[in-house]
Amino acid sequence: MNIYLAAFLVGGAICVLGQLLIDLTPLTPAHVLTLLVVLGGITSALGWYEPLVEFAGAGATVPITSFGHSLVKGAIAEAESQGLIGALSGVFKLTSAGITSAIIFGFLVALVFKPKG
Amino acid sequence: MGKNNKVKKEYKKLSQQKSPKIPLARNVIVAFVVGGGICILGQLIGELYISLGFDPEKAGDPTVATLIFVASVLTGLGIYDKFAQFAGAGTAVPVTGFANSIVSSAMEFKSEGLVLGVGCKMFSLAGTVIVFGTVTAFFAGIIHALLG
Amino acid sequence: MGRYFNLAVPVAIINGATICGPVEGKGPLSNYFDTVIEDNSLGQASWEKAERQLMETVSKNVLEKSNVRPEAVDIFLAGDLLNQIITSTFTARTMQIPFLGLYGACSTFAEGLAVAALLLQNQDISLCLTATSSHNSTSERQYRYPTEYGVQLPPTAQFTVTGAGATLVTNKSSASQIYITAVTIGRIVDLGIKNPYEMGAAMAPAAKDTIKTHLEKDSGGLSSYDAIYTGDLGEVGKAIVIEMLQQEDINIEHIYDDCGTMIYDLDQQNVNSGGSGCACSALVTLGLILHQLRTKQARKVLVVSTGALLSPTSYQQKETIPGIAHAICIERKEGSE
Repeated sequence: MNIYLAAFLVGGAICVLGQLLIDLTPLTPAHVLTLLVVLGGITSALGWYEPLVEFAGAGATVPITSFGHSLVKGAIAEAESQGLIGALSGVFKLTSAGITSAIIFGFLVALVFKPKG
Repeated sequence: MGKNNKVKKEYKKLSQQKSPKIPLARNVIVAFVVGGGICILGQLIGELYISLGFDPEKAGDPTVATLIFVASVLTGLGIYDKFAQFAGAGTAVPVTGFANSIVSSAMEFKSEGLVLGVGCKMFSLAGTVIVFGTVTAFFAGIIHALLG
Repeated sequence: MGRYFNLAVPVAIINGATICGPVEGKGPLSNYFDTVIEDNSLGQASWEKAERQLMETVSKNVLEKSNVRPEAVDIFLAGDLLNQIITSTFTARTMQIPFLGLYGACSTFAEGLAVAALLLQNQDISLCLTATSSHNSTSERQYRYPTEYGVQLPPTAQFTVTGAGATLVTNKSSASQIYITAVTIGRIVDLGIKNPYEMGAAMAPAAKDTIKTHLEKDSGGLSSYDAIYTGDLGEVGKAIVIEMLQQEDINIEHIYDDCGTMIYDLDQQNVNSGGSGCACSALVTLGLILHQLRTKQARKVLVVSTGALLSPTSYQQKETIPGIAHAICIERKEGSE
């Protein structure tokens, strides 16, 4: 399948899962995003998320489930090479770019812009 | 107590009957199209970085950073929240929504100062995602190390 | 006893003053408000400072309109939605009038006038100033999310009105033709609504309880009223109140409306179920309803401000939302010109 089509379908489907959870359960958006991250982490640990990334590209790496996947992937890779301590040292190995850029851009934008209400 | 519960149950029925329903079909379609669209954008940006010479394995980092940058600026300009009211999970679930939650908190609480406002409150919404993601990853790492 | 008070000394509304935000300024009632602001931040460094400026403006304006100096006012009664009612206390600091702070969430407008009317039964005082305010952005950041956070609201959600209203009232009868003649103090009614996006449903039972009590005790009964207005139930709460009263054989539909559904164009403005906030009933009453009474389009009106007494802490701890409603009966006295 064309990678763009796969990205659209898989990414869209993960968003639909989020929408259904928000609209059909009493969960707040914060609960739903937390759930999706944990879900991404668990499927990653089971070895199911990586094939999804290979199939759908950004369709699997752009949704927040990918954040859970990257955290788990980092922890497991480090645990393989370093043993137990890897579960501590590996967690943020792969997500540094995402977290750091969100903090830096968040900080800079807060300096420059005022909320418009 | 029993009578009280019955009154509350009956009232819940009445209030639901008078409340307009969430337009579920519309919300799902919009979330699908917008969320899928943001992923296509991510794919395009990723391929662009690869064509610029990034290792395909490493192109994810600048791609995510670019999406976060765009979402941050749109939040700063007051556009992201308007679009999110339309798109729901379509803008909340992609990493751009994660950026929006951090940037909007940082901006909002600037009035309480750089340290107590921006610094302390920046993760007031996104913190839960990091906490539970980290806890999941920690236990996944431990289990993997023990079971090999 | 209690709850319904037929005032032995009718309390005259000397003047009201109003100010509203840009969204309300695009609504159908904007011509009735004294001032429409263009910028919801009013150029201030924080939303809280902006809201304070709204309340200070109306408090000063109503005194100016009435040629009354702050020193002449006996008691200033004010309340708002912010933690520790900071808008009101900072306004009171500016006004330097003896101050009693109120918290009744969005019921504060009627609560302030009801308390003032009861205080003014005492002839030792003669002049009370009441004020209330709300601001969309201060409410969003305190009760919900940062204002720039993207969240999709359900159709039952309401939009907090940006604005403020102040009222000058007296027990000197020559001051006006418009009087508060009776008040009903609300009881907390909580029928178990938990969702903060269902405030109309949370408050409607309290509104029904207060309206029913008031109409039963008022010797004129329902037929003596030209109009009944609730504060900010929105479309959902309005429909529930009509239904609940109908179940008790009280049919108010032909003279009833809700300020939250009147202040915006619900079809054109993106406000879901309608307006909410302390300023909602204040703006509609002091803008539209006083005008209708003065121009003899109405003679006797019941204003029932409704409040959802939740806090972010209480709903995060899964508590239900207590509702309250206070009623003030406002009448034009014929032949007192």
